[in-house]
Amino acid sequence: MRYLPKSPADRKAMLQAIGARSIDDLFSPIPAEYRLERDLKVPRQMAESEIVDWFRERSRENGDTYATFLGAGAYYHYRPVIIDSLVSRGEFLTAYTPYQAEISQGTLQSIFEFQTMICELTGMEVANASMYDGSTAAAEAVMMAVRLTGRRSVVIARSVHPEYREVLTTYAHHQNLPLSTSSFKEDGRLNLEELEQSITPDTACVLIQSPNFFGTIEDAATIAEIAHKKGAMLVVSIAEAVSLGIVEPPRQADIIALEAQSFGVPLGFGGPYCGVIATREQFVRQMPGRLAGQTTDRNGKRGFVLTLATREQHIRREKATSNICTNQALVALMVNIFMTIYGKVGLKELAKQNLAKTAYAAAQFSKHAKVLLSGPPRFNEFIVQTSEDPYAINSRLLGHKIVGGLPLKKFYPELGNAALWCCTELTTRSAIDTAVGLVAESERSVRSAREEVDVQEVAP
Amino acid sequence: MKHMTRKATRHVSQNEGLIFEKSSSGKAAWKLPPLDVPEVDASALLGVSERKDLGNMPEVSEIEIIRHFTRLSTWNYAIDLGMYPLGSCTMKYNPRVNELVVRLEGLANGHPYQPERISQGALRIIKTLSECLIEITGMDAITLQPAAGAHGELTGLLMVRAYHESKGDPRKKILIPDSAHGTNPATAAMVGYSVENLKSNAQGMVDVAALAAQMNQDVAALMLTNPNTLGVFEQEIHKIAEIMHAKGGLLYMDGANMNALVGKVRPGDFGVDVMHLNLHKTFSTPHGGGGPGSGPVAVKSKLEPFLPTPVPVTKPDGTLGFEYDRPQSVGRVRAFYGNFGMFVRALAYILANGPDGLRQTTEDAVLNANYIRKGLEGVYDLPYSTPSMHEVVFSDKLQAKKGVRTMDLAKRLIDYGFHPYTTAFPLIVPGALMIEPTESEPKEELDLFVEAMKSIAEEVEEDPRTVLDAPHSTRVSRLDETAAARKPVLRWKPGS
Repeated sequence: MRYLPKSPADRKAMLQAIGARSIDDLFSPIPAEYRLERDLKVPRQMAESEIVDWFRERSRENGDTYATFLGAGAYYHYRPVIIDSLVSRGEFLTAYTPYQAEISQGTLQSIFEFQTMICELTGMEVANASMYDGSTAAAEAVMMAVRLTGRRSVVIARSVHPEYREVLTTYAHHQNLPLSTSSFKEDGRLNLEELEQSITPDTACVLIQSPNFFGTIEDAATIAEIAHKKGAMLVVSIAEAVSLGIVEPPRQADIIALEAQSFGVPLGFGGPYCGVIATREQFVRQMPGRLAGQTTDRNGKRGFVLTLATREQHIRREKATSNICTNQALVALMVNIFMTIYGKVGLKELAKQNLAKTAYAAAQFSKHAKVLLSGPPRFNEFIVQTSEDPYAINSRLLGHKIVGGLPLKKFYPELGNAALWCCTELTTRSAIDTAVGLVAESERSVRSAREEVDVQEVAP
Repeated sequence: MKHMTRKATRHVSQNEGLIFEKSSSGKAAWKLPPLDVPEVDASALLGVSERKDLGNMPEVSEIEIIRHFTRLSTWNYAIDLGMYPLGSCTMKYNPRVNELVVRLEGLANGHPYQPERISQGALRIIKTLSECLIEITGMDAITLQPAAGAHGELTGLLMVRAYHESKGDPRKKILIPDSAHGTNPATAAMVGYSVENLKSNAQGMVDVAALAAQMNQDVAALMLTNPNTLGVFEQEIHKIAEIMHAKGGLLYMDGANMNALVGKVRPGDFGVDVMHLNLHKTFSTPHGGGGPGSGPVAVKSKLEPFLPTPVPVTKPDGTLGFEYDRPQSVGRVRAFYGNFGMFVRALAYILANGPDGLRQTTEDAVLNANYIRKGLEGVYDLPYSTPSMHEVVFSDKLQAKKGVRTMDLAKRLIDYGFHPYTTAFPLIVPGALMIEPTESEPKEELDLFVEAMKSIAEEVEEDPRTVLDAPHSTRVSRLDETAAARKPVLRWKPGS
């Protein structure tokens, strides 16, 4: 086996040194009746070339040449080449969690820079080193608010990503945290009157997403005011990090739970991604996850360490803020490099291109079909309602090597034949025009079919 | 250094400040293509929601970014440089073909919501990996959704709870041996269970008589790591399973140490009901400085109805898809389907090994640990003489007489060119040195390690100060962790 660095002679010499007759001696603690005396039924050992071929085949079966209008929590943005050049360095790729600070300064300093940039972008004072993803970060942020307020119930906006809400439901289920949902208005924003009524003296926090699942930017300042007036916290989930380049962050929030996948992390069929929690300094001791902090060595030289570990499971065990251990370090490094590449000016320009493509697409679609939940500002997603089932339209679009917007029937049946479309800087005008053309054609044929029916009905 | 080491030589490394300290207005590492749609006025579109300023975000060029991160990288130790003997962490070689295949266009750019008919490649990978892991563990069903080991524990215990609830009583507590990882009790608390400690016996194993006495109808499950954190196989595992099952309890296995078992014995065969795996340990996906991981949970069929949604299935027409309608499911533990990129890597590893390679891997891992044990026995105190599997735990008892503790020994190991072992864990061994070499080490590297550890033991006798002040050869000396925690500085600020 090519990964194993020993010759038969090495093995023999080592067994001899140990004083064992055969390798089976070393496995004698395993009761004989349980020892596996046959080969595992897994595929035979393959050559590297065969492995590459096998996965190339899987890649071809996975839509490798399609343009996409899908967003909904996973965004297709350009990934600058140097991200992979740098994260492929063995010193980043094959290192462990930086507990031994003296030989982990590379990872630690990069986490410190990551935390700094996340603070700059979110307007928060502290950020952790990463969480699994945006969905679990949102759930952990809510539980953090529960610990901070000593209150137990949670109000969740229905415009939060449906799968994030499902994850929160799973997490909250056994902690006796009653969850209630707050609906959205016709313009896509949270219904503030209803929200105000649903906050009780036991409400720990309100969880919203902005831009929300429909791409609409929420009025976080007013929502924060409503929550704070009743002693509840505001937790904001941000699933599209590129929005931070042009959309004012929810600075009034108490906790922000970010999904940073848009910053240089491949779509990768859903993961690994990069969640982050950011908050105010005064709440840091209730924050889950690892944190890098600056300190000095014995000679007064600047260095970085993992810090405030007394929050964590390996010290506090069942009293820890969370059970999280492994996080998303290498993915956070991708995010860090991406933020460094685009920086102060590039992120804004990048976000502006997203805005422009989306504005163009929404305007084009609205000539032929209904763009729902319009009015308030949006970032790079919008909902198109068609007369025909969006699955049928999407199926025709696939013939043009285009993946259409996400049909919403499963998540929001009340929106009818609606689909969530997303445009990024990588969406081409020609793809938009093709998609709009097919939607227009679908509307025309539905209309003419209706007219035909009408004509038949009036005929004698 | 009194004893020159054969493993490492000091070498110049570049200085590098924080990226913010290199930033200046007008530098850029990005270039966008011209827009093919009309420009927009952001203020008109966004109104008060428009962001005007991105604060102190850096402005730097591409070459500066390459140098910045390359310089930082050289300050890290890594498996690619040498042995990384962290016990319980399984720091093995991360094959590079895994990195290539995960970046293939259709896999890297696959959107989680793209139609199933153009997702057959990803679904095939999920299905093939699931089948391999079910066979390797001897279980009946699996979910790949959890993002890491601790997340797998959470998922596993949620299923334990759902199982008991379906029988009418969720039960109250989880039994956890005192040698367990901290994630075990933290997880139990998240699922609403109280934790009851289980004392180890003189051999470092579960005290079966004590377990029998503690086990009752209030206990939902026992969370057991096997081999345990001493690297010892629980020889009475069948009795343990029987005791649990006789009173309706379940046996949860923390699969952190699965590297000692693959191809040699299957947890499903010795009575485990539910277990998680760490793809970033046993199945070679890179640790990446602390993640990402992946923590699949394998179960016996009685727990299958409770798997998180969605569950991958083969449809009547033979294509693959996801099933969402699972009324008894514990729900979702993560958006989408889990850390798919880790599935690709783990499967590539399994295919590169085949059944013979997987077995040989396990044998070499156990051989390496025992070779180190033999080399250091007598030099360091061995608190439990029970046979070792894939890792060995010594204590600093002999060196503590000179005031030198496990952390000091570990720091001195750095000067010898090695990453330290795991210190001060498991908790049942005061001053533990927990060493797991994995199968990736050649004999020469193991010999150098033993030589270094012996040399350090001599230094403790002759010149303990050298060890207490270690490391001496790193960019920074020991860092002030107390100050870091007392007045946390968690971000850079201008002028700081």
